[in-house]
Amino acid sequence: MKRVIIIGGGIAGMRSALRLAEAGLHPVLIERDAELGGKLRNWHALFPDFTQAAGVLDELRTAVARRGIEVHTGCTVRRFDARSAELADGSRLEGDAAILASGFTLFDARIKEEYGYGLYEQVCTSADIERMLNEGGLPAAPRRIAFLHCVGSRDEKVCQKHCSRVCCITGVKQAMELKKRYPEAEIFNFYMDIRMFGPGYEELYREAQLHSNIHFIRGRISEAAPTFDGRLQIKAEDTLTGRPLRMSVDLLVLLVGMRANADNAALAASAGLELAPSGFFAPRDPFLGNVRSAAEGIFLAGTATAPKTIGETLNEAIAAADAAAEYLKTR
Amino acid sequence: MALDFGYGISKPRSIDLDRNEFYKGNAVLGKMPELQTCIGCGSCTATCTAGALTDFNFRRLHTRIRRGEFKGIYDEINKCMLCGKCRLTCPRGINTRGVVQLIKRNMGELQSE
Repeated sequence: MKRVIIIGGGIAGMRSALRLAEAGLHPVLIERDAELGGKLRNWHALFPDFTQAAGVLDELRTAVARRGIEVHTGCTVRRFDARSAELADGSRLEGDAAILASGFTLFDARIKEEYGYGLYEQVCTSADIERMLNEGGLPAAPRRIAFLHCVGSRDEKVCQKHCSRVCCITGVKQAMELKKRYPEAEIFNFYMDIRMFGPGYEELYREAQLHSNIHFIRGRISEAAPTFDGRLQIKAEDTLTGRPLRMSVDLLVLLVGMRANADNAALAASAGLELAPSGFFAPRDPFLGNVRSAAEGIFLAGTATAPKTIGETLNEAIAAADAAAEYLKTR
Repeated sequence: MALDFGYGISKPRSIDLDRNEFYKGNAVLGKMPELQTCIGCGSCTATCTAGALTDFNFRRLHTRIRRGEFKGIYDEINKCMLCGKCRLTCPRGINTRGVVQLIKRNMGELQSE
């Protein structure tokens, strides 16, 4: 039976593995962390319909276990090609093709020092909100919450020129979740552009304004500073009135973007892959070759190539598995 | 003798892109094309030293120049103190301070408008 090495045991890797197994191939899942699931393990609910992340994840993990798929957890891939992967401990796994589903890295909000993440306890990230919602809620009920869009996205100062796509809708979703949990709280989303590209997204945005009374202010927060009474003062320009704006909040949520993994360049060099200017892996072309790479026998799935939604990632995992199966038919 | 009807005709408020001149805006963009990448986030105005106390608004100012709207520009740009905080904060990496200086350099004829 032909073996397909899958690098990354997040949702893309698991979905690809299931598809390959269904096609009668032998997938080999390699995951860096101690368990499968990737970033979704730390997420609470998914846009645009608040599906529980744990439900999606459990279904995938159960299916992987039921199929008896070969899984190697706690293994970091140092270098690889279409026929083998070399792990950090020096051991090797052999295969006939490879799917790279190594995902992304969350932007480290501490780099944007002016927002005080890691300095002030009133500042958290969108990932922290998901974790807190999983743990039952915020430590204290906030009176006022500000969300800031585009943290670590569309920002040349931190070498992140691309749009991370999912933060806009995540900001709307989380604002609604917090409003539901803390109805007394006033919630403000500071945005530059609201990019509601997916089905049901624009409708959710409208719902947030109409029924959750979320306020949207067009302007980027320039800095945050603690106040004497233990709150946080934020400054921005309210660009639609053309005047500087300041306000005190109890919680500032930074909607952090997706960035390319630090080891992408090394992996690409070992496998003969190409990187996009964003640092993500470049597909062979953006249309008919969008899950193929520059290297023969290596396929790409999920956020290894660019920021994507869960749905897009799962679709691409199936497409990559099918492309790998087709490739192996000719070998 | 003109009759007083109790109202006057004022200039249309619309920005008339059929009549406005773009050469001054283009002179700035020619040297600093990155100005065109402004996403209008307002970070420059939010951090602005002059804007905290006056109605100076760099985002509005450079947008107006790019639209060929020069009325009052001369007085407005002279409120800038060239401190450069806007340049530190701009997510597009625009040399905002340089843009102000370029506008000033091209401004001789704006004075009369």
